[in-house]
Amino acid sequence: MADNILEVKNLKKYFKTSRGMLHAVDDINFTIERGKTLGLVGESGCGKSTTGRVILRLIEPTSGEVLFEGKDVTKLSKREMRHMRKDMQIIFQDPFSSLDPKKTVSQIIAEPIRENRILTGKENIERRVLELMETVGLAERYINTYPHELDGGRRQRIGIARALAMEPKLIICDEPVSALDVSIQAQILNLLKELQEKLGLTYIFITHDLSVVNHFSDDIAVMYLGQIVEKAPAEELFEHPVHPYTQALLSAIPIPELGHRRERVKLKGEITSPVEPPAECRFAKRCLECNEKICKASVPKLIEISPNHFIACPLKQQEMGFKI
Amino acid sequence: MHRYIIKRLIMLIPVLLGVAFIIFAIMNVAEGDPVYQVAGPDATEEQLDALREEMGLNGSLIQRYFRYIGNLLRGDLGTSYISRMDVMQLYLLRLPNTLRLASIAMVVAVIISVPLGIVAAVNQNSWKDTIAMVLALLGLSMPNFWLGLLLIILFSLKLGWFPSGGAEGVVSVVLPAVTVGVGLAALLTRTTRSSMLDVLRQDYLRTARAKGVSENNVVMHHALRNALIPIITIFGVQFSNVLGGSVLAETVFAWPGVGRLVVDAIDQRDIPTVTGALVMTTMLVTVVNLLVDIVYAYVDPRIKAQYTK
Repeated sequence: MADNILEVKNLKKYFKTSRGMLHAVDDINFTIERGKTLGLVGESGCGKSTTGRVILRLIEPTSGEVLFEGKDVTKLSKREMRHMRKDMQIIFQDPFSSLDPKKTVSQIIAEPIRENRILTGKENIERRVLELMETVGLAERYINTYPHELDGGRRQRIGIARALAMEPKLIICDEPVSALDVSIQAQILNLLKELQEKLGLTYIFITHDLSVVNHFSDDIAVMYLGQIVEKAPAEELFEHPVHPYTQALLSAIPIPELGHRRERVKLKGEITSPVEPPAECRFAKRCLECNEKICKASVPKLIEISPNHFIACPLKQQEMGFKI
Repeated sequence: MHRYIIKRLIMLIPVLLGVAFIIFAIMNVAEGDPVYQVAGPDATEEQLDALREEMGLNGSLIQRYFRYIGNLLRGDLGTSYISRMDVMQLYLLRLPNTLRLASIAMVVAVIISVPLGIVAAVNQNSWKDTIAMVLALLGLSMPNFWLGLLLIILFSLKLGWFPSGGAEGVVSVVLPAVTVGVGLAALLTRTTRSSMLDVLRQDYLRTARAKGVSENNVVMHHALRNALIPIITIFGVQFSNVLGGSVLAETVFAWPGVGRLVVDAIDQRDIPTVTGALVMTTMLVTVVNLLVDIVYAYVDPRIKAQYTK
């Protein structure tokens, strides 16, 4: 049996708005094997960041289970949860706003060590901070600088060092490179990759950039308006995308070759509102293949169409002979 | 940093000269000829001229201004028309009383308002927040001389807990300090709340929570420290208001401070005393504002970086 470090079951997060319930994360299920990377992709506002935060209970889930090594973290008390954070960490998207401007690099990295009593004694902590800085490629001379004195790449390295300080098993990378220059993106991605190999980390990699996630992930889950519409091993997903939304997304990746143009699937139509969405396929309004009868009959279910390849498209499921 | 402080100190000089000129000019426009007042109705023309010379009232406004500044630089603010005492001496005699009143009022205001503002912000839109905001609104809208009178009616006349006036013993400072401090406390509560609300939404607080920092430390170490700048600003700006407010409170409570000195001097048309007290108070306020600017640098490393540039 696979060693699943994390299992997410029927996870939901609804926000109350003046117009009704906003279904930010709506009944999400997935598992991650230890040491692997799950890419979570989707357009802005599809709920991918919310999913990451709900898993860590930085936002409280509306319902569902998050089993970390078999333990349901949604049921933990606040104190137990703080303890649990040692194992589950997050790297945020914006390395500018996510670091306290009043703390030096060493204070930022040392805080989790001190707060969670991972190490005690000033010297031990300082040695560990220097060690972490070296691990993430931050020169020792930056130890007493403030975040605003550093560039985006170095700031993100602080964010990574700070996450590593607690020796986590799982790290949720919430668009860790989207705020950085392309050249620096590659550095940070390589660093994350190296760390994974060295420390045996498990990643959930949240991004809207499919070309980033392709090189990085073992499995990819595509989200649309709070739901997973397709999930498959990375290679399989790129070679045989089945869901019309995934196909459209993949066709939007530019190919870095002269004269080579891929036929672009252009989406039209209005995006379904996530506030009190109707019980139908949420992509139906923009889908080129939409069949009113089938697609608007009920909320699509995620069905395994080939080993480890799941889709939630009733039309395709029916074409392939699955019962829906 | 030192260069910055020195630069700011040098910049104080033109500011003070300008302020002194404005005060001096206004006082000169406002008065009738004080010589008549001092000399009495029966004085002869020669006596008046002699007195004018003696009181330093001869020459044009500009001449008199420069004479005044020259004396000021030597620490001489002139002589009171009424008591015939040195104005600097009068001022220094009263200043400790006012500073005592103002500092107690300010300290009490901070002790009450900052925690209240934090609680209100952390529990935004709850009943705690509502109560804090209603209190703050009351405190802001109540004129403090009226509050002072109400306090006297209740605590001095009805209950007899505190004296209604004077500056004898520790208890006598309570009512005036409350009167002066309430407005400041109300303003600081609102400032603390809004500044905290702003910071509580910042991404780095989420980072701190993700690090496993306890909620108390998140609020006190990460949020409050970052929310302090507007609070310090208001605190500094309000110092002049507290001095202004203490003029009223000192009158209501017969508190022998600078405020009373000025009010009495205005009543008696004692021009040198009014001018001197105002110039000195202006200096005090300006210096306090400078101190506030320097404190910023210690609270926020980003501002410090700008200063040292």
